[in-house]
Amino acid sequence: MSSEPIPAIRTRGLTKRFEDSTAVNAVSPEVAPREIFGLLGPNGAGKSTLIKILTTLLPPTSGQAWVAGYDVTRQPARVRRVIGYVPQMLSADGALTGYENLLVSARLYNVPRRERERRIQEALDLMSLRDAAGNLVREYSGGMIRRLEIAQSTLHRPAVLFMDEPTVGLDPVAREAVWEHVEELRRLLQTTILITTHYMDEAEHLCDRVAILDEGKIVAAGSPAQLKAQAGPAATLEEAFIHLTGSHIESGGSYRDVRRTRRTAQRLG
Amino acid sequence: MTSVVPAAPRSDWAETTRIFRFGTHVLAVTYAEVRKLRHDPLELATRAVQPTLWLVVFGKVMAHVRGLQTGNLDYLDFLTPGVLAQSALFISIFYGIAAIWERDLGVLQKYLVSPAFRSALVLGKALSAGVRGLSQAVVVFLLALAMGIALNFHLMNVLLVLVLIVIGSALFATASLIIACVVKTRERFMGIGQVLTMPLFFASNAIYPVHLMPGWLQLLARINPLTYQVDALRALMIAGGSSSFGLAVDFLVLLGVFVGLVGVAAQMYPRMVT
Repeated sequence: MSSEPIPAIRTRGLTKRFEDSTAVNAVSPEVAPREIFGLLGPNGAGKSTLIKILTTLLPPTSGQAWVAGYDVTRQPARVRRVIGYVPQMLSADGALTGYENLLVSARLYNVPRRERERRIQEALDLMSLRDAAGNLVREYSGGMIRRLEIAQSTLHRPAVLFMDEPTVGLDPVAREAVWEHVEELRRLLQTTILITTHYMDEAEHLCDRVAILDEGKIVAAGSPAQLKAQAGPAATLEEAFIHLTGSHIESGGSYRDVRRTRRTAQRLG
Repeated sequence: MTSVVPAAPRSDWAETTRIFRFGTHVLAVTYAEVRKLRHDPLELATRAVQPTLWLVVFGKVMAHVRGLQTGNLDYLDFLTPGVLAQSALFISIFYGIAAIWERDLGVLQKYLVSPAFRSALVLGKALSAGVRGLSQAVVVFLLALAMGIALNFHLMNVLLVLVLIVIGSALFATASLIIACVVKTRERFMGIGQVLTMPLFFASNAIYPVHLMPGWLQLLARINPLTYQVDALRALMIAGGSSSFGLAVDFLVLLGVFVGLVGVAAQMYPRMVT
């Protein structure tokens, strides 16, 4: 009698239609506990929409999803207690210090009063931000802001952490630092992590498994090695990606998406 | 580094009651706003300019117009509570812009993904508008003192004036938040903000008595919460001032509208990110 662990994320035919388009089309990804799972796809493939559904920000048009066993449409409040979310945009408040940002998050996430200080100090250590804790966030570098945001969204020890394009707009050194900290986080807190990215090296470096999303559909899923094998011997993940999404031509990505990504990149840079 | 022991999220929850968590969420949001003011107090200094102009320039000139029957009060005495309410209103009514800005940044998404009560998020914002409003009260009190306006300094009166400012500021900030949830972009909000503030101000008893208005405008003034705020302020703040509707009515109207608006805003706030 072996009992299967509850999947960190389970979905069934998840679909989101907007007025004139289908952003997510009947996808059913599943993520195992303590896995780092990557959602890959070109701009406008539906990655952010999928994350918004799973984090209860957006209701699905149809289909179901469970995060840590809770239904995202029927038990959104329960889901919010057990998840952390690092949006693609800059969510740390630039007009506050790093410490103040963390304190606000600790209060909103119901971290008990006597635990707050200890968890904040731990998070600052874990994300290598102790020396900058008293500075205003608008003086932080892009990589530091991302690490602060990760710290903010893990103070309450979430079962599942969602990160939307965590290294967009960062230079290579800062990206490596974010990756290292994400891995450290999983090791110490046993958190399941779902990231979206369109950087193949990021997926290859960080993720145990990836799903490739194209025009709202999952066109392939598996470990980075498996996907590369599908595209032929000695293929890179980049080649696998192009092979699987079947297009070299850039498509998708509304004006609004592009503007948002550029703004984020500009602020981080 | 020592290893971090993962604590079950459940244990965080068991020990606090709903009402306690609600209060913590409200104060978390207000705390963030107040800290921002502490880091950048210049904003409050610039806010002091407007009430000064209204009292020193507009008030001084209009005081010579004999046609404005303001009962037993001098015109400047009559005007002072109006200017205080107005300067608090002008801060609050643009709160929606800040909310849209936070949405564009991603701060709002982070708030909404947290387990915080939606109404607590709204109330926290509203209370921080109240704090900003209080800074205006300090400015107007000092100004009025310097201008020799007949202020009422009974402790109870001063306290109630401060309470009124907090309620009024919070009310209009919440209304502003609702508008932001509807229009969703800063450009559209700027237009609507301009269109709203002037009628709110002019269709009220802030700078002239309601009985001087044409009938249709009197009707507007009677459904304008600002009128009730100014009415109560006038009774409490000025020596010899009196309320036309009764203080109880003023407070009940303001509180009732405020609670209603918070309820509506709590429903609409999450939709801002979709």
